[in-house]
Amino acid sequence: MITITNLSKNYNGTTVLNIDHLKIPKGQSFGLVGNNGAGKTTLFSLLLDLIRPSSGNVFNNDITVSQSEEWKPFTASFIDESFLIGYLTPEEYFNFIGELRNRNKADVATFLKDFEDFFNGEILNQKKYLRDLSKGNQKKVGIVAALIGDPKVIILDEPFANLDPTTQIKLKKLIRDLTESSEVTVLISSHDLIHVTEVCERIVVLDKGKVVNDIKTSEATLKELESYFAGDQQVQEVQEDLS
Amino acid sequence: MFKHFIYLQWKAFFRSSSLGKSIGLKILMGFLAIYFAVIFLLLGIGMYPLLTEFYPDQPPLHMANRFVLLWLVMELVFRFMLKTLPVMTVKPLLIAPIKKRKVVNYVLIKSLISFYNLLPLLLIIPFGIFLSFKTEIAPLSIIGWMVAVYTLILSVDYFNFLIKKKFTDNLKALLPLVLIAAVLAALEYFDVFRITLYFGNGMDYLVENPWLAIVPVLLFAALYKLNQHNLERRFYLDDSLGGPAKEVNTQEFNWVRRFGDIAPFLQLDLKLIWRNKRPKTTIFLSLIIMGYGLIFYPQDTYESMRTMYVFVGIFMTGIFMINFGQFIPAWDATYYSMMMSQNIPLKKYLASKVGLITFSIVVLTILTTPYVYFGTHILVMNIACAIYNIGVNVPILLYTGSFNRKRIELEKSPFMNYQGTGAAQWLVGIPLMLIPVAIFWPLTRWVSYEVGVAVLAGLGLLGIILRGPIMDFIERAYRKNKYAMIEGFKQTGE
Repeated sequence: MITITNLSKNYNGTTVLNIDHLKIPKGQSFGLVGNNGAGKTTLFSLLLDLIRPSSGNVFNNDITVSQSEEWKPFTASFIDESFLIGYLTPEEYFNFIGELRNRNKADVATFLKDFEDFFNGEILNQKKYLRDLSKGNQKKVGIVAALIGDPKVIILDEPFANLDPTTQIKLKKLIRDLTESSEVTVLISSHDLIHVTEVCERIVVLDKGKVVNDIKTSEATLKELESYFAGDQQVQEVQEDLS
Repeated sequence: MFKHFIYLQWKAFFRSSSLGKSIGLKILMGFLAIYFAVIFLLLGIGMYPLLTEFYPDQPPLHMANRFVLLWLVMELVFRFMLKTLPVMTVKPLLIAPIKKRKVVNYVLIKSLISFYNLLPLLLIIPFGIFLSFKTEIAPLSIIGWMVAVYTLILSVDYFNFLIKKKFTDNLKALLPLVLIAAVLAALEYFDVFRITLYFGNGMDYLVENPWLAIVPVLLFAALYKLNQHNLERRFYLDDSLGGPAKEVNTQEFNWVRRFGDIAPFLQLDLKLIWRNKRPKTTIFLSLIIMGYGLIFYPQDTYESMRTMYVFVGIFMTGIFMINFGQFIPAWDATYYSMMMSQNIPLKKYLASKVGLITFSIVVLTILTTPYVYFGTHILVMNIACAIYNIGVNVPILLYTGSFNRKRIELEKSPFMNYQGTGAAQWLVGIPLMLIPVAIFWPLTRWVSYEVGVAVLAGLGLLGIILRGPIMDFIERAYRKNKYAMIEGFKQTGE
């Protein structure tokens, strides 16, 4: 579904991202982990054509994202609160996004029914603007809005951060349900190794802009990732173990 | 401590992504500043001779005093429209070990150190020097007079601070003030109660008793304290920086549905305008400017200078375009990355902006039709100007919008948030009005008024006919600058 070739991004001579080749097949749940500054958000921003690549291309369903806008109808995302319109109520925001994705009000209302549990009664009918919601609730709105209109590719940056434990568990179930049918490609980044290993079938580790590990999730994955992030020396060992 | 604040502001200016635009404007404003400084200085030097010539049987100072109140009112009006209040990014300072009072004092003192406060000195000091050489008035009286007038002007500055905040908080609060001023002006005009005369007498009395200069000084100190108190009180997150959740306005603007596929964006823009204080003021401003024609149309002098009507026509029908349009797409800055990654073709987004502004021009033109009372040529002119605005000025504004890099904080309360509401805002409007004036003037001078009007309307129509290719061109500009815009709009702070 998504193919990345020779993609790099430089800021003033410093390379923050450099990926030779990465292919994410349709229906995969893809996890991206890495420390601060590893290039996770940069990669996602490049996927959404929010920043200009220094070289290389991103193909989303064979469409070059920096050349055409045709990828927008089937791609949805939530990167940060700059994706929310602060002066709308959550309902209005959902309806607005719904309209952009050719869903009428009734469709959106039906769609939102499934999320009543996820919202925990704090989002809908509150007569509040989005800017007045808490950070966690804003995030819930952003994530759910990214699911409106059956997108084929969903990109979520740090979806677990700022959420309470109950919601984290609900969100994991949500993501697993999404990818069950193998129709929807979900890309997630996270600092939380446990969450990613639980929901993603494939995990890519970024470090200083480079792919340093590409793992198919298994029982051992969490241990492997933990030891990687615990220290550099152990990484060597892990990589040797792998090979 | 002030050193630190100045350092912060310096960095904020030079590290801002709209630096180029800011410097360009600063240079332009620098020239304007020099121009006004020279004018004021000449006026200051010429005031004494002029007053003796026009009113030979009255002492010049007595005459000057009669104009002081009028001057103060003018100062207030100009400051209100032009002066940008000092902005500081307050939130990070809240938890820093800095006394609130220090920050507040810095803001207030910085407001004093301003070009607008230098200008009156250029007037007062030469006049005072003339007085001391040409008249018998005691030096102490002259000094007292100068101190009094100057502190009155500075008081106007702080008064402006107070009402400017009131204005953005709550427009209705300003109404009684305007009403009182209107009543006083009417009473003055019909010789019922000449307040300028009484004020002038008061100033004369002050010249005789120079120690009374303490009164304006005390007024100034009181206004300073009032502002200080006001700002300190609002120095809390929940009070002015965050703002508690109020009962929300859920008006849907469903009537825009009929505009087809740009309807959702129009709806969004109307909500933007209606729910945020900053854009909301552009609406009220537009309605106030509707009265602008009354200044020009009744006067016969402008009948022989009909080029002015172009200016008035463009301004009145395009005031919303100028005030709102020049910040496109910065109004959407806080969620611009979403707009750029959502299922929104750029073209449709731009088309909706054109739709909104065109709609405003049509409405404003309809509102100006009563000016037909002053002659059909005015009605025709305003319609031609409206067409010119729609066809030519709207694309120009949209195109310049693609160079916009400056985020507008819609969600910040107006407290210390006056981005772009200073003189710079009006400067952008100048080319929009000067170009049609430059086109019209030679035509009406050497051909005829009718031809001039027809050419303006024709240019507008041409723009409307060529809308398709023009919009393609603008779209390319937006696409080219897309990344820089996203980057710039992410920058918070100044």
